[in-house]
Amino acid sequence: MAFFTYETKKDTRSGFGAGMEYLSQHNPNVVALCADLIGSLKLEGFIKNSPERFFQTGIAEANMIGISAGLAVAGKIPYATTFANFGTGRVYDQIRQSVAYSGTNVKICCSHAGLTLGEDGATHQILEDIGLMKMLPGMVVINPCDYNQTKAATIAIAEHEGPVYLRFGRPVVPVFTPEDQKFEIGKAINLIEGSDVSIFATGHLVWESIQAAEILLEKGIKAEVINIHTIKPLDSEAILKSVAKTKCLVSAEEHQINGGLGDSIAQLLIQTSAYPMEFVGVNDSFGESGKPAELMTKYGLDANNIVEKALKAISRK
Amino acid sequence: MQTQELEQVASQVRRDILRMVHACQSGHPGGSLGCTDLLVGLFFKAMNLKSDANGKVVFDKTGNGEDVFYLSNGHISPLLYSVLSRRGYFPINELGTFRKLNTRLQGHPTPHEHLEGIRIASGSLGQGLSVAIGTAQAKKLNKDASLVYCLMGDGEQNEGQVWEAAMYAPHHKVDNLIAIIDVNGQQIDGPTEKVMSNRDLAAKYKAFGWEILSMNGNNMSEVVSTLDKAKSLAGKGTPIMILMQTEMGAGVDFMMGSHKWHGVAPNDQQLADALAQLNETLGDY
Repeated sequence: MAFFTYETKKDTRSGFGAGMEYLSQHNPNVVALCADLIGSLKLEGFIKNSPERFFQTGIAEANMIGISAGLAVAGKIPYATTFANFGTGRVYDQIRQSVAYSGTNVKICCSHAGLTLGEDGATHQILEDIGLMKMLPGMVVINPCDYNQTKAATIAIAEHEGPVYLRFGRPVVPVFTPEDQKFEIGKAINLIEGSDVSIFATGHLVWESIQAAEILLEKGIKAEVINIHTIKPLDSEAILKSVAKTKCLVSAEEHQINGGLGDSIAQLLIQTSAYPMEFVGVNDSFGESGKPAELMTKYGLDANNIVEKALKAISRK
Repeated sequence: MQTQELEQVASQVRRDILRMVHACQSGHPGGSLGCTDLLVGLFFKAMNLKSDANGKVVFDKTGNGEDVFYLSNGHISPLLYSVLSRRGYFPINELGTFRKLNTRLQGHPTPHEHLEGIRIASGSLGQGLSVAIGTAQAKKLNKDASLVYCLMGDGEQNEGQVWEAAMYAPHHKVDNLIAIIDVNGQQIDGPTEKVMSNRDLAAKYKAFGWEILSMNGNNMSEVVSTLDKAKSLAGKGTPIMILMQTEMGAGVDFMMGSHKWHGVAPNDQQLADALAQLNETLGDY
């Protein structure tokens, strides 16, 4: 059986673009900056509606972060946009000093995160960005799962006072969450109820986890699937409630296992109730060129590997 | 305020700097002393600052409707703290807490401790000009005619981000921005000419599209007149750069002319010798 169905596939970055277009008409304090990647970030709608509120920085991400901080000081809500590799790792110190430590209300919004940017290869496939950003005190880290949720998150973060990292991607993926949903930062969403194993997933891996739950059900196993769209602050309550029932878990993310969502969950559980846990993520390696689906299979970021890890976690109970 | 009064404030600020750095035996006196005349000229004369009905300054973190100053070379924090407190942003006796545990006067400036007058953290070099551009552009969006000032060091010009910002500001016609470089010719490892030559800063910024002014930053009347001139050039389509020649350690004879006092605190005798050269005009904290 199918727990969720979908009519179309869309890229999460287009959800970001739609959210920005909405903000151009509904929040006059929002301004956008981009480092020579308007098309990739889907900013055309925002720029068409509010050209005076858009700042082209050229290929100069460090300057973009600094300018964003300066705009935020004066009360604007800057959305600094580029690829995830250039918007986090490349400008870590600028984010640390001018945004996080300064407490400026900057939204760092990045596309092309993870392996699924595909053919460009490892130079662009950042798999460390969640870890880098979550280590910064006060930084909110969000990785929505589909078009609708990315649009909702884009709109919601404007109402949050403080630095945010919003991560999304390039490939088209099933659109299965409700249109015009209300996005609550830090509130996990229980997608499938189950009693045998908890699967905590973020970003593109949420859909793969739903597929895994279907395969597991055919084997008579009831998996609980929870969408952790906000890695920081982590919804500890939802996680603890689920594992108290299932007594084992799997984390799933398009990111290094080191420093990712699974890390955060493990840190929480080891202090409270440690249960058998398995990790789906990239295991201390760089990516490579290839088609997104091929890469996700090769690096074990797909439904089949989630199933395998779930069975392993259950066997360790 | 007349030039002579500004010079008196500067003398007191220099005393503050020396006493602060001496008290915690750490900090950066050389550049602080060199830039003292500029910051006094800015905060006590050139800048339009928000104040209450009695003329006392009021800190509004957004800086909307008033001139804003950003210190990019954050290590000269003793100078900024002294000037801010002497101007009335926070109690003068708080200067005695500089760099000590639980202080709001951190080694490098930060808004994290909610110190009045500080809007952004600086210390990791090269970021301030970008921040200043952002606030200047916000002012334009807000139809706010006030100005943004930013001070950088000449050693700081080694940082790549400075040149990203240098390229951006003229391209986007950020003409409500007055940047100043402290050209003291020194950085930690020695003279800038030896460590990493800036060659011709005027030619570089001119090529990027900036309006260039220069001044002797340790001559108060020249500081005042050059800032006046810079203000008159604002709003004409290009950002303004003041290349400010200073002497590191200015005001204390044995601290001048070398990079030795970049990040070294005076001992008791050296403090006494230095203070003997500077009049206590407003009362020590």
